[in-house]
Amino acid sequence: MTERTPGFATLAVHAGAQPDPTTGARVTPIYQTTSFVFNDADHAASLFGLQAFGNIYTRITNPTTAVLEERVAALEGGTAALATASGHAAQLVLFQQLLKPGDEFIAARKLYGGSINQFKHAFQSFGWNVVWADPDDVASFKAAVTPKTKAIFIESIANPSGSVTDIEAIAEVARDAGVPLIVDNTLATPYLIRPIDHGADIVVHSLTKFLGGHGNSLGGIIVDAGTFDWSKDGKYPMLSEPRPEYHGIKIQETFGNFAFAIACRVLGLRDLGPALSPFNAFMILTGIETLPLRMQKHCENAKAIAEFLATHPAVEEVNYAGLPASPYNKFARKYAPKGAGAVFTFSLKGGYQAGVDLVSNLKLFSHLANVGDTRSLVIHPASTTHSQLDDAQKTSAGAAPNVVRLSIGIEDKEDLIADLEQALGG
Amino acid sequence: MNHDSYPDDYIRAILNSVKTIAMVGASPQNVRPSYFAFKYLAERGYDMIPVNPGQLGKALLGKQFVASLAEIGRPIDMVDIFRSSEHVMPLVEQALAVVPLPKVIWMQLGARNDEAAARAEAVGVKVVMNRCPKIEYGRLSSEISWMGVNSRTISSKRGPVPTQGMRLSLNRASVAGGDTLASDRAAKTRNETG
Repeated sequence: MTERTPGFATLAVHAGAQPDPTTGARVTPIYQTTSFVFNDADHAASLFGLQAFGNIYTRITNPTTAVLEERVAALEGGTAALATASGHAAQLVLFQQLLKPGDEFIAARKLYGGSINQFKHAFQSFGWNVVWADPDDVASFKAAVTPKTKAIFIESIANPSGSVTDIEAIAEVARDAGVPLIVDNTLATPYLIRPIDHGADIVVHSLTKFLGGHGNSLGGIIVDAGTFDWSKDGKYPMLSEPRPEYHGIKIQETFGNFAFAIACRVLGLRDLGPALSPFNAFMILTGIETLPLRMQKHCENAKAIAEFLATHPAVEEVNYAGLPASPYNKFARKYAPKGAGAVFTFSLKGGYQAGVDLVSNLKLFSHLANVGDTRSLVIHPASTTHSQLDDAQKTSAGAAPNVVRLSIGIEDKEDLIADLEQALGG
Repeated sequence: MNHDSYPDDYIRAILNSVKTIAMVGASPQNVRPSYFAFKYLAERGYDMIPVNPGQLGKALLGKQFVASLAEIGRPIDMVDIFRSSEHVMPLVEQALAVVPLPKVIWMQLGARNDEAAARAEAVGVKVVMNRCPKIEYGRLSSEISWMGVNSRTISSKRGPVPTQGMRLSLNRASVAGGDTLASDRAAKTRNETG
């Protein structure tokens, strides 16, 4: 008998979770504890030496968080995952495994404004040097490769512009350069795009957005695809060389195809410390159970609203990859056939002030700096998330002064359209 | 057998049926993967035999090292080879010379020799290559899920509970000075009704 592979919605409910052995509780309990007792001294030594599976301290592993990690790894088709306190923390932890001071990584210019700031300022202070490339021009990634390049970083669906990246083309550049491709899959979620299927070696998420989905809990996660050989050329000593903090263990040799996730946990999270709260893990797990249903509704609503805005006289242009006129429509159809996501931008003929006015006129959309909530959200990036960038950077990041970003929720689309209609003025 | 990927049922059947495992290349150094795997499999109840001619006279977690498979002198169910691919063939030849034949030859993560595998399979010995039995046991039992690893298994059944007949500890800390409140209440109830 061949084994049946469970479908996506089944994994969204079941992966990683089983009834609690002690109590029989069906829902994953919140293990709100800092620490876990050892059976005896030998057991403690085995856990500290990474010889046994088990829990020591919630900064390193936690049973509630572990369910979340396995679930996201299963949904992404990865070998393992590591949850962190936020998406930013996930990026910090993963790059610490890859970069030494003076190293470089290539990142798409069109990124979430927070990532641009993190790479440009915080990472720069560690001597981790970002080199920007244009996600619409694959050759620019190739041209940016140097002997110091250690990774390539892109977003599957870019924030705020909603453009879809040609993941396979950039994966090929990464393969040729012998470096891993890291894909931030926050806006797509594995329901719409599974970057590992297209050549990604590492997937990273802000769980705060569509995965958690209800705007109530911060979280981040790193998924290891298990595809990259970290030991072939000595470029990734955290994974290939004996680790002094574990008496000379070599991480890849010991942990095989989930070595990157383990390195992130035992070298990154253990020593840097941005662990996810078990309570947040529980909230996000509950959110993920309805991910397929929510994403269907998010995408259906987003498409209807993009179509409405495209015909509105006050609107200059709508950047939604789900519209046939979008230059990204071919990538949306290839990579995200179930829908082009629910975050996109549009520009107003009235310029910067029209953007500010629209935001203040809306009654149902919430004006705030988040995306991927059940509620519909709006922001004017030029005056908020991207305000620290100069005008050229704003425009290249898809956040020109007259651009407004929407994150479409799961309300009735007729109500959302009516709100936009009254706010734009008739 | 297709050695690029194994059905879980194949691995599960092997790990459920073998009892005695000879680990060739077992290391006494506690940071080596072979030590990790040896210790874990011993803790899960497998009868482990360390094979390493360089360690004769020494013991690994209480088990005496033997020099070669031929010197074990009792039936072995599985040979777990902790050597790199180029050293595999002579070890498989030795394993196939053992009487009775082992049921399984397992090659560790990173080790693969298709010619050696074909020879073993030709005489009915099951082969697993480029896998770790510790990782596979941990995965199929979902014990490895503690580390956020994708076990690629799901279950709606309650996990293992303390086995029947297992003595439970009575040495918990007592509150309220150790008095037996229940009997006090029983006595009180008796007085009230009597």
